[in-house]
Amino acid sequence: MTSSTMLPRPGPGPHPSSGEARYSGGMPRLLPAGDPGPADLQAHLARFGPPPLDHPGQALVAELQAAGLTGRGGAAFPTHRKLAAMAGGRRPAVVIGNGAEGEPASRKDKTLLWAAPHLVLDGLQLAAGTVGSATAGLYVPRDRRLHQWLSAAIADRAAAGLDLVPVELIGAPPRFLAGEESALASRAAGGPALPTFRPSRTPPRVAGHPALVQNVETLAHLALIARYGAAWFRSAGTAGEPGSMLATLHQADGRVEVAETELGTPIADLLARPTQAVLVGGYHGAWIPGGLAERLPLANAALRPLGAAVGAGVLAALPPGRCGLAETARVARYLALESAGQCGPCFNGLPRIAGALAELAGPRPSPGTVAAIGRWCGLADGRGACRHPDGTVRFVRSALGVFAPELDHHLRGQCTATSRHPFLPLPPDPAPDDADWR
Amino acid sequence: MERQLRVNPIACSGHGLCAELLPELITLDEWGYPILSRGPVPPGLDRHARRAVADCPALALALTDAA
Repeated sequence: MTSSTMLPRPGPGPHPSSGEARYSGGMPRLLPAGDPGPADLQAHLARFGPPPLDHPGQALVAELQAAGLTGRGGAAFPTHRKLAAMAGGRRPAVVIGNGAEGEPASRKDKTLLWAAPHLVLDGLQLAAGTVGSATAGLYVPRDRRLHQWLSAAIADRAAAGLDLVPVELIGAPPRFLAGEESALASRAAGGPALPTFRPSRTPPRVAGHPALVQNVETLAHLALIARYGAAWFRSAGTAGEPGSMLATLHQADGRVEVAETELGTPIADLLARPTQAVLVGGYHGAWIPGGLAERLPLANAALRPLGAAVGAGVLAALPPGRCGLAETARVARYLALESAGQCGPCFNGLPRIAGALAELAGPRPSPGTVAAIGRWCGLADGRGACRHPDGTVRFVRSALGVFAPELDHHLRGQCTATSRHPFLPLPPDPAPDDADWR
Repeated sequence: MERQLRVNPIACSGHGLCAELLPELITLDEWGYPILSRGPVPPGLDRHARRAVADCPALALALTDAA
């Protein structure tokens, strides 16, 4: 923590010139309390002051290490390690903020980009300055209004002379895998947003430059750590998983909300009871029985032993009276259709798994179907260029465990559900012109 | 240096030639895609492994330094 003293630290708190708009240092951090609406540059500077873009890059890397910030896009990889690997490389890295958020159940990145775009853009500039990048990219859904909002934000910063490097907006196609790191790199280089094969897990490259890809929420946290330091960041969360995170909460009554919560918050404080089961981590995540989930904190230390992870912060509370097998079958069909179709085990395995799940969701499935799903899961798991088959298999396997009692009913020709109304959100089936990946 | 087999799953189109040339280390799944045995290639199979790599019609098979 000695590095803390290397940074100029005005600190949060009352500011004589900007009154109560100044950030107080507490929760929430990223999304201002009371929903004052989208923050333009003036509101952002009044709240946080300018980003400390003049301090040396290595000090920020050390501060991020002391803070323990991990990626908020799902993988929870230590942010400082990614930056350190890029800083001082032979070819300067290209920094890209990842806001693709192809996961249909997640809204937190879009919410952040609307509410606090300048925190994300501050983080992008700080990361670019740290690794010596000459340009930066911001990869967000192809949404006309969002692009207008972010273009205006970028133009405001340029007019104010705030930024170190120019920022290019890159459109992400509405595909589940659009934000996968290698797919992003391909799209940033002008190609389709399709995953590529990287044998040694080296960073993806864009036009010969290594790409530093950071989730937009991660960049927003980085921007605050650069201002207020590691000790401030660690004043929220747990010792092992410090800080706060954005979560998309699907309540059992159908409400969907984006909330900023400390790591380690009890799931029971986030989701209203009763829940039949909780889907943790989205459609590459895992189901957990409701009664068990209610006793767990939102932290990887507690979730990983159960085969689950915080991921990108999606929590969905399946209400009683819904069929978890039917929900899983709907999502598995979507995930099979979202395969990029490049790897044999994925494009052969996922549709078969989905079809078999649809059979299990119906009356009197063939008793051999469960074993077939198990076999196909084994053949798909770990055999793609990206993690799409692995994540799909994790989701499906967890469903077969958690909804095993319901499966017994189905095998006897019964379903306990009182409503067949779909619960988990899915986009409409892709329109014919939506088959492209650009 | 120990070497191990690796397949590029995007390039692989399931010809299955590798499993014919190196059945000791490669089997095919029910769709015709190779399943590689884990671990380094035993010294006695080194030549066969290099042959399987060279003859893959899709250039999808490789020998890499063992992790």
